[in-house]
Amino acid sequence: MKICEIKKCLNADLLCGEEWLDHDVFSACCSDMMSDVLAYVKDQGVLLTGLLNSQVIRTANMMDMVCIVFVRDKKPTEEMVELARESGIAVMSTHLRAYDACGLLYSEGLGRCDSNV
Amino acid sequence: MSENIKFHFDVDGENFSSAGEASVVVKKKLRQLGFSPDIIRKVSIAMYEGEINMVIHANGGSADVEVGDDDITIVLSDKGPGIKDVELAMQEGYSTARDNIRALGFGAGMGLPNMKKYTDYMQIETEVGVGTTITMKVNL
Repeated sequence: MKICEIKKCLNADLLCGEEWLDHDVFSACCSDMMSDVLAYVKDQGVLLTGLLNSQVIRTANMMDMVCIVFVRDKKPTEEMVELARESGIAVMSTHLRAYDACGLLYSEGLGRCDSNV
Repeated sequence: MSENIKFHFDVDGENFSSAGEASVVVKKKLRQLGFSPDIIRKVSIAMYEGEINMVIHANGGSADVEVGDDDITIVLSDKGPGIKDVELAMQEGYSTARDNIRALGFGAGMGLPNMKKYTDYMQIETEVGVGTTITMKVNL
């Protein structure tokens, strides 16, 4: 699934990373616990989270993720957006709750074992 | 034989939002040096977890990275409270972090186990009331 399709699917606002819109991602993870993201995540392109601080951006950077979606209409500070821009990560914000956002992406095929989306 | 490349960082313990800056720099440098994504990820995640730990528990410290011919060595040193029971601290899920740290997305008791998982060698030297030095190596 392309990042622009994620944006459309979640009706999200893109805050930075327009150059990544055409980039393909194959799976996603959702967590508010960055320790767990660092421990269990492997090759996931997208991080969905309700946590809002600069460590979210750094964690995604460490894990080579290319897109962060803040759920529940959370808006990162300009400093966080700048950090993401420097790290080459697209950032968006959606009004959806985490459960709904994950469900929508999953039903569209993102990260499903039976799909090559 | 060429001389090893070395990086030194002082990790600020006062500011949680800047924690991890050194790891981001190391990641960038290793990428410039042409290391594989796998090696870069291992080094930067292990160092990032260590940096976060130093900020959470020890009011900062220092981080040294040395790129050798056979491995990359990371040495994290602090003058914090030390680790009372290293075996217990190495257990996944065990954490002494306060609730305010958990609210920031850390303190799940995965830091030290994660550092071990992503490196090929890890040694912890610690003394209660004096500080902790952790040496990690990632083989090339």
